[in-house]
Formats: sequence, C-alpha cells, structure tokens
Amino acid sequence: MNTSIWDWTVVEDVIPLLLKGFAVTLLATVVGSVIAILLGLLLAMARRAPTRLVRVPVRAFVEFVRSTPLLVQLFTVYVLLPSLSPFVIGASVLGIHYATYMSEVYRAGIDGVPKGQWEAATALSMPRGRTWQAVILPQAVRNVLPALGNYIISMFKDTPFLAVITVHEMVFQAQEYGSDHFRYLEVFTLAAAIFLIASYPTSLLVRRLEKRLGH
Amino acid sequence: MVLFEQVVKRFGSNIVLDHLDFSVAQGERVTLIGPSGSGKTTILRLLMTLEKVNGGVVYVEGQPLSHMKRGSQLVPANERYLRTVRKKIGMVFQQFNLFPNMKVLDNVTEAPIHVLGLSKEEAVDRAKQLLDLVGLGDRINQHPTSLSGGQQQRVAIARALAMQPDVLLLDEVTSALDPELVADVLNVLRDIAQSTTITMLIVTHEMQFARDVSNRILMFDKGRIVEEGQPDKIFSNPEHERTQTFLRAVLEER
Ligand SMILES: Nc1ncnc2c1ncn2[C@@H]1O[C@H](COP(=O)(O)OP(=O)(O)OP(=O)(O)O)[C@@H](O)[C@H]1O
Ligand SMILES: [Mg+2]
Repeated sequence: MNTSIWDWTVVEDVIPLLLKGFAVTLLATVVGSVIAILLGLLLAMARRAPTRLVRVPVRAFVEFVRSTPLLVQLFTVYVLLPSLSPFVIGASVLGIHYATYMSEVYRAGIDGVPKGQWEAATALSMPRGRTWQAVILPQAVRNVLPALGNYIISMFKDTPFLAVITVHEMVFQAQEYGSDHFRYLEVFTLAAAIFLIASYPTSLLVRRLEKRLGH
Repeated sequence: MVLFEQVVKRFGSNIVLDHLDFSVAQGERVTLIGPSGSGKTTILRLLMTLEKVNGGVVYVEGQPLSHMKRGSQLVPANERYLRTVRKKIGMVFQQFNLFPNMKVLDNVTEAPIHVLGLSKEEAVDRAKQLLDLVGLGDRINQHPTSLSGGQQQRVAIARALAMQPDVLLLDEVTSALDPELVADVLNVLRDIAQSTTITMLIVTHEMQFARDVSNRILMFDKGRIVEEGQPDKIFSNPEHERTQTFLRAVLEER
C-alpha cells in the first residue's frame, strides 16, 4: 500500500467518479435554480396579493422555511416521502429553500419600483396581470439579477447537503471513494478544486453584471 | 359628465373632502386652484380611481364610478367593475410616470393593444399620430430616460390620449419641469384643448394657462369650493378673500 501523503494514482482513479458526481451536482443546481427562480417570483408576487388570505400564509411559509436549516428540511422530506427518489427530493427541497430567499430579493426589487408606475398602469386601465408582466417585473427583476445570481452560486455550494439523503452528487462520491480506499486528501482536494473551477468564473460573471447594471 | 355628490374623503382623522358637491359638463375644461393641501390632487385621484371615497358617490357620464349598482342599491365598486369604468378617464401625472423599460412608442401602444384590443398596426398608427401632435414623432424608438422632462411629459400626454378617454385629468403637469421646458408642454395642451372636445380637469399653478384654456375655475380651500366662475372673473375680480390672498401669493411667487 502506498503511504505517501499525496498519491497521483488515486487522482487518476477518482476523477471519472467525481465528474460523474459533478454531473449530478450540476443537474441538482439547474433544477433547483429553475424552481427557486420561478417559485421565488410567485411567492414575492403573492405577498403583494390584494387579499390577506393569500399574503399571510405565504409570509408564514417563507419565514418558516427561512428559519429552519436546509439539512433538517432535506431529512424531514426524505423521511416523509420515501417513495420519491432522493434526487427529486434533494433538488426540490433545495429549490424551495432558495425560493424563499429569492422571494425576499424579488420583493426588494418589486418594492423598488416607484408607486407611480402602478398608478400609471391603473390610469391606463391595465389589468393587474399585464401590469406585473409588462411594467413591474421587467424593472424589478433587472435590478435584482446579480443578487439572484449570487444565490444560485450559494445553492451550487449547498448541493453537498444532498449527500446525506444519498443523492450521488460529487461529495457523496468523494465520501464513498474515501471510505472504501482510506484516501481522503486527494478526493476532497479534487472535489474542492472542481467546485472552485466552476463557481469562480460564475462569480466573476455576476460581478460584471452588477457593474453593467450600475450597482 | 363628472359629478361629485356629497363626497367625503379622509386620510386617517384628516378630513380632506367634506361632503363635496360639484359637476363638470361634457367638453368643459375646469381648472382647480387653491392652496397646498386643499384637496385638488385628491379629487383627481378619486376620479382616476386611485383612491376610494369614504362617503358620497362619484359619477362619470351618469354612471357611478366609486360605486356600482347592485339591484337598486349602490355598493362600493369592486376591481372588476373599476376596470370597465376607468377607461373613460385618463390622467397625466406631475412625475410623468412613463414606463422606463419600454420605448416611447411602446409606452403609447401598450394600453391600446392590451386594454382596448387594438391591432398592433392600429395602435402604432394612433401612437405615431399622437406623438407627431406632441412634437415627438422622431423619437418613437428612444427610451424615455433619454428624453428631457418636457419631452417625457409630452409622451405621457400622448399615452393618455391614446386611450381616447372622455375625461383627461392633468395634475400639475409642468411642476416638475425646468422653467424653459414648461412652454412646450403647455402649448401642446393648448392645442389639444382647442382641437378636441375632451373634458378636462386641470390642476396647475400656471395661471395664464388656466386663464387661456379653462371655461371655469374652481377655487378650493380645505376641501371646499370657496369660489367659482369664469377665468376672467376669478382672476381679475375675485370676490372671496381667500381667493384674493391665494392669487396674490401665486403671483408674487413668479
Ligand atoms: N396618501 C395620503 N395619505 C395621507 N394623507 C394624504 C394622502 N394624500 C393626501 N393626503 C392629505 O390630504 C390633504 C389634501 O392633499 P392633496 O394632495 O389633495 O392637496 P393638493 O391640493 O393637491 O395640494 P398641493 O397643491 O400641495 O398638491 C393634505 O392634507 C394631504 O396631507
Ligand atoms: Mg396636488
């Protein structure tokens, strides 16, 4: 058995496995993002609904999800819904968790649209749905794009939590390989490197977007 | 055309309009004057259904606006009803409130297409005509933010007119403008006043303009009409002491 601290054969051995896991990580991030972006928007709009019957429960839901840990949410749903695949649970819970954070971001964006825009739309007899679609959201979303981008990066970095419900994402693969071969240093260093390589350019992109929007 | 019947409007404990009665005839142009806080904006906002009355009824063309008929009763209007009746009314705001995410042309075609159901071609034709009328026919593809305040306000006028409202509300439409831009906007409004029969309710501090375009002046104080009459009469020979002091103060400002 090789006893040196860093073993390149391990690297060679584990890379395909990690990349396989990374594909799952990416897919979970993409699915989670789509859920978070759409549901977050819906939640934010619901908090502007004309009736308290909608506003109050939505607000309670958002507060509840935001104030409980992602890990606990993952476990709970995993235990409650054993018939669903871990991936589906993982990506959905991740998406819903981040939807509540994104809803706050959207809300700030929506609140940032001047009241006069709503009033001008009313003065033109525009229905509420059209006002949202054509006037409010284009202005609100534009202003919060960088913040949404940052949350997607956070979500990406939270995907390892899915390992605890046996989703075969990258860290799960690393963990398994490590315990099988008693080699942790190489696998986790590599996993960290892959995360860095993927998320650093993305953060640069978000920063450029911020500059362009004049934040 | 426009009828306020015993209208009460409160903000908290502040009674802004206290059983106000007045009417404006079809095609009439009426200017509301009066000191700050006398309720002029509130009246226009009630007509635009941006505020709700606390008492009384507002009518437009004999149809209730603040209320709707249920059997023989009048009940407060719901959103669905408001959507149908507020089409009769258009408003231009002090702060323009153009949609910055749309080009000038789209600002003017948006509601005709999506509210009135005009085809794109019809809406564009109508918008181009109106933008020509306000002197901005060559700016249709620009974004509002690239226009001066005066130009933005003229787009806002075109946008309101594109809905072909029966009543046009103008709330201090030149107050946010640099002095040198005021004249263009007022000239456009003079043109419109002369060439159309649209009913107008105007709030302005431009007394010469009010004199030129209005058929009647209403002088408000604390939510009540203290004096009304033809412009010549009100401006040259005001009877009420409040009107005299108000007009003196406005003239001194300039
Ligand atoms: N949204 C609001 N909430 C609370 N009070 C309000 C609101 N809008 C208006 N008011 C109050 O109602 C009163 C009448 O205001 P309004 O804006 O109608 O006056 P105005 O005649 O247009 O004055 P100005 O010449 O300054 O524009 C004022 O006392 C004002 O403080
Ligand atoms: Mg006012």
